[in-house]
Amino acid sequence: MRIRTNDLILRTTTSIIAFILLGFSLYLFFAGHNKPGGGFIGGLMTAAAIVLMYMAYGLETMKKILPWNFRYFIPAGLLIALVTGIGSFLFGQPFLSHTFAYFQFPLVGKTELATAILFDLGVYLTVIGITMTIILTIAEDDEEPASNVE
Amino acid sequence: MESLAVFFDDMIRYVTIACLIVISISLIILMYRAIKGPTNPDRAVALDTIGINLMAIAGLMAILLITTQLNDVILLIGILLFIGTVAIAKFLEKGVIIERDLD
Repeated sequence: MRIRTNDLILRTTTSIIAFILLGFSLYLFFAGHNKPGGGFIGGLMTAAAIVLMYMAYGLETMKKILPWNFRYFIPAGLLIALVTGIGSFLFGQPFLSHTFAYFQFPLVGKTELATAILFDLGVYLTVIGITMTIILTIAEDDEEPASNVE
Repeated sequence: MESLAVFFDDMIRYVTIACLIVISISLIILMYRAIKGPTNPDRAVALDTIGINLMAIAGLMAILLITTQLNDVILLIGILLFIGTVAIAKFLEKGVIIERDLD
């Protein structure tokens, strides 16, 4: 009884709004040092954009568009966070010591670069991985459960 | 000149508070529709409009508290509202939110 429906409006708005969502999530990720935002809410916004694309295009199409397994994002993010913590040992500092410096860039001028952004990147990837794993595990549950186990 | 600035500050504050009161009344009426609504699409539309009113309240509170830190929150409410409304609409129409194969 699957009725063939036309999702033209939803797909057109999705292809526009997903770009805005990904840009906003990147803004939140980089603004987290001095403004509201950070890795957690940036990762949630990225996951929201991906979930919106999943709602508009379905599982099989999205498996072709984003062919990676979101489960691997969790150990990758945790590893990045751990490596940024261990990296402070190279300079004889305690665990998770962070530092920052000012650099001169051609286009943006004087910029403050902190190593805390690397830790934030770990948080970002972990949040994306966990959110997408939860949602896709629930969504793949409805029929033919054994066919696409990886 | 000083008294004029004070006058405009007071006027902005009073207008903002009046708008907050009006939007609160609108929220109460919308809550009535969300609870009492005869069908589920009525409740979905009421929740969507409640979210828009929440965006308005966040903007008015940003004016009242004289801060720019709430601008991200307003955008965030709008985005989450859109995604939530799309999910509710897909569930009400098709029964599943993320389908296996659309084409």
